[in-house]
Amino acid sequence: MVGAGGIGCELLKTLALSGFEDIHIIDMDTIEVSNLNRQFLFRQSHVGQSKAKVARDAVLRFRPHISITSYHANVKDPDFNVDFFKQFNVVLNGLDNLDARRHVNRLCLASDVPLVESGTTGFLGQVTVHVKGKTECYECQPKPTPKTYPVCTITSTPSKFVHCIVWAKDLLFAKLFGDKNQENDLNARSSNAASSSQQAEDVFERQNDEGIDEYAKRIYDHVFGYNIGVALSNEETWKNRNRPKPLYSRDVFPEEPSQQNGNMDKNCATDDPLSVSAMASLGLKNPQDIWSLLENSRIFLEALKLFFGKREKEIGNLSFDKDDQLAVEFVTAAANIRAASFGIPLHSLFEAKGIAGNIVHAVATTNAVIAGLIVIEAIKVLQRDANNYRMTYCLEHPSRKMLLMPVEPFEPNKSCYVCSETPLLLEVNTHRSKLRDFVEKIVKAKLGMNCPLIMHGPALLYEVGDDLDKDMAANYAANLEKVLSELPSPVTGGTMLTVEDLQQEFTCNINIKHREEFDEEKEPDGMLLSGWTQAPRVEKDDNKTVGNGGSSTSNASSAMPVEAEEDDDIEFVPTGKKRKVGEISKATNPNLSDVADDDVLVMLDGENLDINKKKKLQ
Amino acid sequence: MDGEELTEQETALYDRQIRVWGVDAQRRLSKAHILVSGMKGTVVEFCKNIVLAGVGSLTLVDSREVTEEALSANFLIPPDENVYSGKTLAELCCDSLKDFNPMVRVSVEKGDISSFGGDFYDRFDVVVISSCSFATKKLINEKCRKVSKRIAFYTVDCRDSCGEIYVDLQNYTYSKKKLDETDECQLQYPSFEEAVTIPWRALPKKVTKLYLAMRVIERFEEAEGRNPGEISIADLPGVLKLKKELCEAQSFNESHVPDALLERLVSDTSEFPPVCAILGGILGQEVIKAISGKGDPLKNFFFFDAIDGKGIIEDISNPNPGS
Repeated sequence: MVGAGGIGCELLKTLALSGFEDIHIIDMDTIEVSNLNRQFLFRQSHVGQSKAKVARDAVLRFRPHISITSYHANVKDPDFNVDFFKQFNVVLNGLDNLDARRHVNRLCLASDVPLVESGTTGFLGQVTVHVKGKTECYECQPKPTPKTYPVCTITSTPSKFVHCIVWAKDLLFAKLFGDKNQENDLNARSSNAASSSQQAEDVFERQNDEGIDEYAKRIYDHVFGYNIGVALSNEETWKNRNRPKPLYSRDVFPEEPSQQNGNMDKNCATDDPLSVSAMASLGLKNPQDIWSLLENSRIFLEALKLFFGKREKEIGNLSFDKDDQLAVEFVTAAANIRAASFGIPLHSLFEAKGIAGNIVHAVATTNAVIAGLIVIEAIKVLQRDANNYRMTYCLEHPSRKMLLMPVEPFEPNKSCYVCSETPLLLEVNTHRSKLRDFVEKIVKAKLGMNCPLIMHGPALLYEVGDDLDKDMAANYAANLEKVLSELPSPVTGGTMLTVEDLQQEFTCNINIKHREEFDEEKEPDGMLLSGWTQAPRVEKDDNKTVGNGGSSTSNASSAMPVEAEEDDDIEFVPTGKKRKVGEISKATNPNLSDVADDDVLVMLDGENLDINKKKKLQ
Repeated sequence: MDGEELTEQETALYDRQIRVWGVDAQRRLSKAHILVSGMKGTVVEFCKNIVLAGVGSLTLVDSREVTEEALSANFLIPPDENVYSGKTLAELCCDSLKDFNPMVRVSVEKGDISSFGGDFYDRFDVVVISSCSFATKKLINEKCRKVSKRIAFYTVDCRDSCGEIYVDLQNYTYSKKKLDETDECQLQYPSFEEAVTIPWRALPKKVTKLYLAMRVIERFEEAEGRNPGEISIADLPGVLKLKKELCEAQSFNESHVPDALLERLVSDTSEFPPVCAILGGILGQEVIKAISGKGDPLKNFFFFDAIDGKGIIEDISNPNPGS
């Protein structure tokens, strides 16, 4: 089993009760309070401990004689190689991220071990079976990739609250409290003279003799007032859009200087940086409340002050963490003030935290149902009952009377680059793009390889490894900075590259096609990979062109990644594809032989598109 | 609402589920009182789910002693005679369930469920019974319907690798979210007796065969004075004979109740743990919906069979001419 969380706890329990006696379980996480509403093998006293280990102990209490081996480790560790996977009859996933799922998928293919995949979000869930050569692998069908937003939407023309959150979290918070050396688009487009970028740097730096109150107000006025004012000066942007309102602290705050300081005493009593809170300081207790503009502004200033006052050491190193109360307060307030400026509805801290932290809503019941379905499939796999493998969907609303809907698996996708070894095609300007671009943007990001090896015929262009020869390592480092056509073994149009991940034992051939020009907006990477199916991206609504104000209507979609949505892997149920035609064996299913029923197998047709849409909107 | 807020502790613990059903629903859950009878695998799963969800209280009824079979699908009871000897199933489950959520009051009610008077049920919002005879189901359902405050009533049974849930919400009004608006919906549920006495010929076409098979087994156990589940392959001829009689009496085509399915149900009466998890999960969701008054409740039977993997809802009620 991979994963000892929501699905994992339910699964381990059900496996044990069902007679499985040799179970290995991998999970890298430790237990948190918010897990306890559904990960029932854990108690309050276990917070901080390894999930895999505690789950094992809990299950042994009611099944003392079975063997459970727990690993507090990342499944992507090199220890979990093909030989490791080959030990098993079946692999069951209870993961919460796409990256790990792809990784396990490849290892299962390489080791030829069947994989039962699963996922849940709220009341929805699914279980899928993947057997090499017989069914699709996990990557045969496109999976939704993380949502990204066009840069301009975030920096200039937000229209939804989530845009404000991304701004507050990835731009403002990062600028004020994160690594100063990181590129930051915060002042992109606020002005374009070189001298003003110098100015921009100075704006966010706190001056030596600047009081904290002064500094906080200055930041407030700059990002919510001045920057908006500058944006307004570009008429084209606002031709067909509502104009935002610049907000200055002098207008938002009534004249009550003495009351504006929060009660710092509430935060003095403790030295624990993580319990410092602007809400506590200001007496705003309920995270479900939607604060007014004034309250949000107070929180903003107070949070900023508290960071500098109580957590100064961390400034410059902080990254947003949804469990960091003060960070959540700051981001909520900042997002809300920006939202107020742009006429977007404000949200409570509770809601903002969910969006900023990509929190997956989850309940015990769905996980229990899915775990039951996983075990049923696992048993079929052990019995090699291939004709009865099913993909099962747990719906919130019944479709044709069904809440649990089984579907026959499809045959492997002949164009799947993972399991069918179909070569891909890469269009690239071989005189402009470097090997580094290829490795980062294509091999790692798109193909999901961790430790790639790149060959051109017999020539090794690049590899990752701990025990590399010093000369070879230097050679590879040099290669990364070269453009493709100038590599020791030149890569030009018509070349075929072989890319491998040794751990995943996954090989992929890529045919190179030289192309001179790439659309800066549609193909910002300067490379186009095809034959590789990617799910359609969401969030294109801001790309309606408004006049010719080029930069403000850019649809460069690569720039603002929102963190990968955990557990968003409710698959699109495809239609119109080749079915796996399985014969229902009457010998093993006696009651089915009596059936005059014509829908023993659920046929996918247009009727089921509603389910697709519902899942997507979720 | 009375303005009672969730404590900080509750907000932290229930964060992920509040994001599913909202604070208001969570508050209602914390005030709900559940009665459960028949502590076998499926019910144990349900209890786990409902305790994690954070109900106000859970009262358990089952005075049976521990047996091998009782342990087989029950993860609440350690298989250690030193621990379980002398205690009833309800008592043992109670001890373990308390651990799952200290904020829920879990307790045991001694005695036989069918002997409790009508006013016993007054204090409950939800009643779930399992491993009960046909007569007991009828009896308790009637008692619940007599209580002035509406009680949500459920039966759940798992045999071999299939099972059934029955729901009775009487006259039920609830809210349903549609895009930006909230609709008020109303449903009328038949009592258990009303539902199961609907002539088979009047049932929806292609009704799940499991419904029919369960009714045959139920009647057989009733007629023979057996405890639920007290049946074996030796009884198959008797069961098939009863099936024939029932079908003939209703002019119903016998082939709609497959002999093979009946054979399966008499041969293996023990619960299959994955099916317990599935039924317990579905039931848990239903009870949460009923308590919170949000979301389409299941009307009125749910069936799951691991053989075909389908989870099916059947509406077994008399069609209302006016609705």
